[in-house]
Amino acid sequence: MIPVPPRRVLVYTIPIALLLFVLPFVVAPYQVALLTYGLTFAIAALGFNLLLGYTGLLSFGHSAYFGMGAYGVAFIVKYFKISSMEAFILGGIVAATAVAALFGFVCVRYTRIFFGILTLALSQVIWSLAFKFFWVTGGTDGLRVPTPSLLGVGMAPGQDKMAFLAHRYYYYVLVIFLVGVAVMWVIVHSPFGKALQAIRDNETRAEFVGVQVRRYRYMAFLVSGVYTGLAGALWVPLNGLTTPDILHWTFSGKIVFFTVLGGFQTFFGPIIGAVVFNYLETYAVGHTVYWQLVLGVVLVFLVLALPGGIVGTAGRVLDRLRKAA
Amino acid sequence: MDTFLIHLLNSLLYASVLFLIAGGLSLIYGVMRIINLAHGNIYAVGAYATAWAVGRLLGGAPVVLLYAILPVGALAAAALGAVLEPTLLRPLYKRAEEYQLLITFGLLLILEDLIRVVWGPYPLSASSLFEAPGSLTIGETIYPTYNLVVIVVGGLAAAALWAFVYKTKFGVILRATSQNMRMASALGVNVNRVYVQAFTLGCFMAGLGGAIIVPQQGAVLGMGPDALILAFVVVVVGGLGSLEGALLGALMVGVVREVGISLFPEIELAVLYLMAAIVLLIRPAGLFGRA
Repeated sequence: MIPVPPRRVLVYTIPIALLLFVLPFVVAPYQVALLTYGLTFAIAALGFNLLLGYTGLLSFGHSAYFGMGAYGVAFIVKYFKISSMEAFILGGIVAATAVAALFGFVCVRYTRIFFGILTLALSQVIWSLAFKFFWVTGGTDGLRVPTPSLLGVGMAPGQDKMAFLAHRYYYYVLVIFLVGVAVMWVIVHSPFGKALQAIRDNETRAEFVGVQVRRYRYMAFLVSGVYTGLAGALWVPLNGLTTPDILHWTFSGKIVFFTVLGGFQTFFGPIIGAVVFNYLETYAVGHTVYWQLVLGVVLVFLVLALPGGIVGTAGRVLDRLRKAA
Repeated sequence: MDTFLIHLLNSLLYASVLFLIAGGLSLIYGVMRIINLAHGNIYAVGAYATAWAVGRLLGGAPVVLLYAILPVGALAAAALGAVLEPTLLRPLYKRAEEYQLLITFGLLLILEDLIRVVWGPYPLSASSLFEAPGSLTIGETIYPTYNLVVIVVGGLAAAALWAFVYKTKFGVILRATSQNMRMASALGVNVNRVYVQAFTLGCFMAGLGGAIIVPQQGAVLGMGPDALILAFVVVVVGGLGSLEGALLGALMVGVVREVGISLFPEIELAVLYLMAAIVLLIRPAGLFGRA
């Protein structure tokens, strides 16, 4: 049986989804392109949170899967000379899944701090390879990725790239995003998702109930890697370029940041966090050279004052208002 | 033979600095169970502070005086640590370790930019200290004498730390707190004070590492996170929380890196990270770690 969201969730989500569909007709293309970035990050955060929020594993190496998604696309362009978005997605997911399958096999034996460090060390292996093998990966210059054709239809000749990204590409990403959210909802509310939460809450008890802890963790790791790889594949045509920066461990830190900003104890938190983070970062980078300082202060403030993140805190405030009323 | 000696000295040079960084990281983890992601930035602060102090005094000051101000970086890093622990970390000891990691990641971002605010975006150097002692002739090649100074300082620091942790009363309290914080507290140890002292000592070591290497390498933005990752490899190989492990890990990383640079430069970094991953697989707690 497929779990269907309860009515109160649909009451919030359906109007928001509709709003997202009419948005390109209302706001400037630049804003839509910015939101498209946010949505790709949201897909990554959604995948990341299956591990952190639902399985209780803090990965500091998700840049590897995001980056493999992006480099998978770049390799398809470089070696097969194909520029179809469907092929990009396929290639990105295959590359990310292959790495997640290998790293996950090693990492799921550990938990807590050791899991974090191991994922970090392994992701740095990928980064250093991308950094050093410049004849394959372009080194720090990275690899260019042209604007792809969507469902076989390319960009019209003479069409402005920004208009393309802010309209057709936005809808393409939006549909994949909505499907991704729905699938993730089904996953975390399925018996499999419940088993993951049992593992998170008490590994020993979960094992006694008959959950195959390591196998379930591995499956969660794979799903998480697929989502993050998909996000990387969708991100790279927007950026037009992939560089080793997205493989560096500080990018993993940003994925953690998205999730905590939105609130990792909620389903929708990471999505909100990723979109908000993207605006925050763009704003900070645009207005000051000290953008890392701004982000760092926000993160420290969040951890000290609002550990529930945006969604967690909003939920608590709403509950209190409801009780007071 | 001479090339071998030079490679050996280079490995030891690298290992000395790595030991100072990783030893501090490991000490802090051993006592407080916190992985400080901003530790590399503390090392960078040490490097910048020394380069800045040397630069201010450069106008005609005798070289001996310049060497005397080398430890400025270590003191600056220690002072920073003494401020950070009570203000940012102390409220988090009772929370999940995810939050502890995150706050130190936030601190990493903040320090990265504070360095830029204070010392500007351009690299600082203190190369006059590197050039002053001249060089030695080893066989047919010449080798900078300053590198030997770094190796000696690294060795002395390791010995001093060992004596401090195993031969003094403070060391006993430190180890007791590390083994069982509640029991130590019940026996009358002021745990908060031990924590701030341990954190300060760890930062002092990282700052010293930065201070002694800056005449040779200079101080640049981004040196902190890079050093942190290598220090991670060291503590993972040696065992989190173990000083002997940090020493062995630093030596291993120093040698592997030196061999890697001369034999397989493309995958030198990858080999280091793979080494950490393999050790974690075989001995999850590291070579000297407690499970």
